[in-house]
Amino acid sequence: MYRGGKEGSVFRWDVVGQNLFAQIFLTAAWTTLWIAVISQTCGVIIGLFIALMRMSRFPFFSWPARFYIWIFRGSPLLVQILILYFGVPEVFPGLVPFITVYSTALIAFSFNEGAYMSEIIRAGITSVDAGQMEAAKSLGMRYSLAMRRIILPQAARVIVPPLGNEFNNMLKTTSLASVIGLFELTYTAQVNGSQGFVYFELLIVATFYYLIMTTLWGYIQNWIERRMDPDRSNQIKRQGSRSFLMRMVGTGTSGTGVR
Amino acid sequence: MRQANENGMEMVRAEQVVKRFGQLVVLNGVNLTVKRGQVVVIIGPSGSGKTTLLRCINHLEKIDSGHIYIDGQMIGYREVNGRLVEDREATIARMRSQIGFVFQRFNLFPHKTALENVIEAPIHVLHQPKNEVTERALSLLEKVGLAEKANVYPHKLSGGQQQRVAIARALAMNPKLMLFDEATSALDPELVGEVLKVMRQLAEEGMTMVVVTHEMGFARDVADHVVFMDKAVIVEQGTPEQVFDHAANERTRTFLGMIREE
Repeated sequence: MYRGGKEGSVFRWDVVGQNLFAQIFLTAAWTTLWIAVISQTCGVIIGLFIALMRMSRFPFFSWPARFYIWIFRGSPLLVQILILYFGVPEVFPGLVPFITVYSTALIAFSFNEGAYMSEIIRAGITSVDAGQMEAAKSLGMRYSLAMRRIILPQAARVIVPPLGNEFNNMLKTTSLASVIGLFELTYTAQVNGSQGFVYFELLIVATFYYLIMTTLWGYIQNWIERRMDPDRSNQIKRQGSRSFLMRMVGTGTSGTGVR
Repeated sequence: MRQANENGMEMVRAEQVVKRFGQLVVLNGVNLTVKRGQVVVIIGPSGSGKTTLLRCINHLEKIDSGHIYIDGQMIGYREVNGRLVEDREATIARMRSQIGFVFQRFNLFPHKTALENVIEAPIHVLHQPKNEVTERALSLLEKVGLAEKANVYPHKLSGGQQQRVAIARALAMNPKLMLFDEATSALDPELVGEVLKVMRQLAEEGMTMVVVTHEMGFARDVADHVVFMDKAVIVEQGTPEQVFDHAANERTRTFLGMIREE
């Protein structure tokens, strides 16, 4: 599959071509993808909890949340990965069977992302007009019900664009798992590249896959944002034919302007 | 905590209510009684505390001292070992579900249609069946003159229409008391009338209402009792004739004089 090159040879496109659709890279791309998706999803869930805790009037909730955000946003993700993979087994030998490259990557990415998502989500929630919660409360809704049915659906409109950007980042951030030997795209390129002295060429292959994924995601992100935007000029709305997404989030502007 | 109220006649009873925002005293020992079926209109300059008082009645604002009773039951607090502690969220929510509140800025849920706005709380707070609620909601929307706008989103409605939907939304909970916080102040003048008409109709039907407003015509025509507030206290109160035509207090006369000049 790969052959060694002579010293100082020019870039070999044929190597790139040979490996572009090789099984190892297809597998690696899939690994990159599912790790990104799961980590981002967990990050959103963690972020929602942390955001709500952060906004709580009880220090019992808000202080741990602030601490969490401070730690995970204040230190490098790379260091967090290394601490989890190499440090934790030293201090807690009992946890060793749970510390695999996959669990480490997923946990580190999720927790790190959770800190960033919590700030995004908190910004989304506070962007919803305060009158909405007051209206909900005045109708007899409790905080949790009001959050679920009134506030969060409106916050989602503000949260989705930055969330899309976060996932774009996550696809690329998975490359950090290479330092603990997880066979995602970057590590696959590194290991196989150094074996056959085609380091550069295989990194090009990895780049190709990253570009495919981030570009595709860009289109999807665009599509989602357009569907959520009420001011599309080519809107065709028929009675009862609203998509799930539109029904969830609505097509109105937030706030209540006087007409 | 039940407080004896004469023949269950008192819907709202505020006793010595004090409310501070930081150092600023916004309510300084306010006493107010609203009888069942009465329409009480509160007037006064901005900053007088009238909106705050209204918001304290349904505990959207906490009070620093005093008591407020809704239909004989204290709202916001309960007695534990002789002391008053803040009541449980569920209890407060339940009491609020029986008090309708209409906001100056409508506060309709923008991601829901007019009909969905109206049915939301009866379904998810009172757990009433959806088809019953929808039927009642449609007739409420018809009552406020907006039956044909049932499936329209708030941002496509005029201010007056939004406010009428908001009133229907509050009425859907079958409240025993309706609170109106400057319900027409954010409306263009030509839209004020349609909202006042709905409020007038509610009054005629016997709803207990506490209305904070600048609409003196409405106050004069519809109110049973007018309360003038200024600088955190009730300065004067009485029938519309007493307050508007024979105000005993200088401050009242000054305020009304300024209003008349407009």
